[in-house]
Amino acid sequence: MSEQQNADEWSSATRVGEALRRRREQIAQRWADAQLFRTVFTVSRDEAVEACRAVLDALADVADAGATEDVDAPGFQAVREQLARMSASRARTGLNPAQIAAEVAALRSPAVEHLSAELDREPDAVVHGALLELTVLMGTLRLVVMETALTEGHELISRQRQQLLEIATPVIKLWDGVVAVPLIGTLDSARSQVVMESLLEAIVAQQARYAILDITGVPTVDSLVAQHLMKTVAAARLMGAECVVSGVRPAIAQTIVHLGIDLGGVVTRASLADALAFALRGLGAGVAASPQPAAQR
Amino acid sequence: MTDRLTRLPQVQVPVLRLEDALLVTIQGDLQDTSAERLQADVLRHVAENPTAAVIIDISAVEVVDSFLGRVLAEIAAGAGLLAAQTIVVGMRPSVAITMVELGLSLPGVRTARDLQSSLSMLRESPASVHERGERGLDDTHRY
Repeated sequence: MSEQQNADEWSSATRVGEALRRRREQIAQRWADAQLFRTVFTVSRDEAVEACRAVLDALADVADAGATEDVDAPGFQAVREQLARMSASRARTGLNPAQIAAEVAALRSPAVEHLSAELDREPDAVVHGALLELTVLMGTLRLVVMETALTEGHELISRQRQQLLEIATPVIKLWDGVVAVPLIGTLDSARSQVVMESLLEAIVAQQARYAILDITGVPTVDSLVAQHLMKTVAAARLMGAECVVSGVRPAIAQTIVHLGIDLGGVVTRASLADALAFALRGLGAGVAASPQPAAQR
Repeated sequence: MTDRLTRLPQVQVPVLRLEDALLVTIQGDLQDTSAERLQADVLRHVAENPTAAVIIDISAVEVVDSFLGRVLAEIAAGAGLLAAQTIVVGMRPSVAITMVELGLSLPGVRTARDLQSSLSMLRESPASVHERGERGLDDTHRY
């Protein structure tokens, strides 16, 4: 073994890989106590140690291959799933990517300590080169963790966007010939398209004469949202249904006036109840206006 | 003979009279010449007999373009000048979306889901004098 250590043609990277393998157990034990692993594997410490060993093996493989700067090195592929699991679980606790990266950075010092101890009989230049190599390797590990964390985040966002599109546009039948869509959240082009399509389909399916667009849950109305609303109203009218926009809060009415948006030709009502009353009157159904409906009828 | 041959593939759009309403059913594609002829036919019918409404059924139209939109608007404008209202009936959702995206919202044209509801609409509210006056004003303004 000592003759191997003395072989000068050994690159720093190979040295690091060798040291990581030999000190695997010690470093794994230290890492298991680090914030990152301890908080992810709360159930059993053995599991954490096992995870640390896997990551160390991967690092050693990458070092052996001399690819310490390569984020896509084959060695990292093996642990990507595990790193993703770890970063996802840290992200769930509310940590931002920078904090996760800081936690990964904390893994460096135990590795450095063991590497120095391993090479204490080597000349300074060799130790220096190996430490530099280890630093680069740990930096790459950090990048890989960040990358997996971000990919996870992107996937989550696109999944949720899809779910939002699906759930956010229920068309409700309020009465024979009256359908309503309660709009919740900001209206963008994609959503208003979905809203328009499902509303028009519902008008056909329910034989609706009145369609109510309730914007109580829409936080703000700007000219773009108003344009989307007017398009939907126009399309519903072309289908032979009258469209009522309800849930216009005083603040929104003020904004619309301030922006100078012309909602000409669009029937608007303050609340869904008012809109329903309007529709029922239009259908010829009796609606009692006074607070004693029983007596009136 | 050649005249007849060239005219053969052109589908004439039938204009049917239903009491004081005219019923026009547009099927599929409308060619330039048949559209022109349709406009002339409709206006002739409206002028010859007292007509309250021109009902255009487009439930069989699956694809719409700006041409059809313009034809509808022109028929409506022409009929409006002769004091008849126009009701477009049975537009499909996809067609309605395309029309809106093309910016054709058919102002001055009434709409209904189907023929039945357009007829009951006519019985209930045979366009008020006020509405007619307004439309007339619009049309003179435009043409």
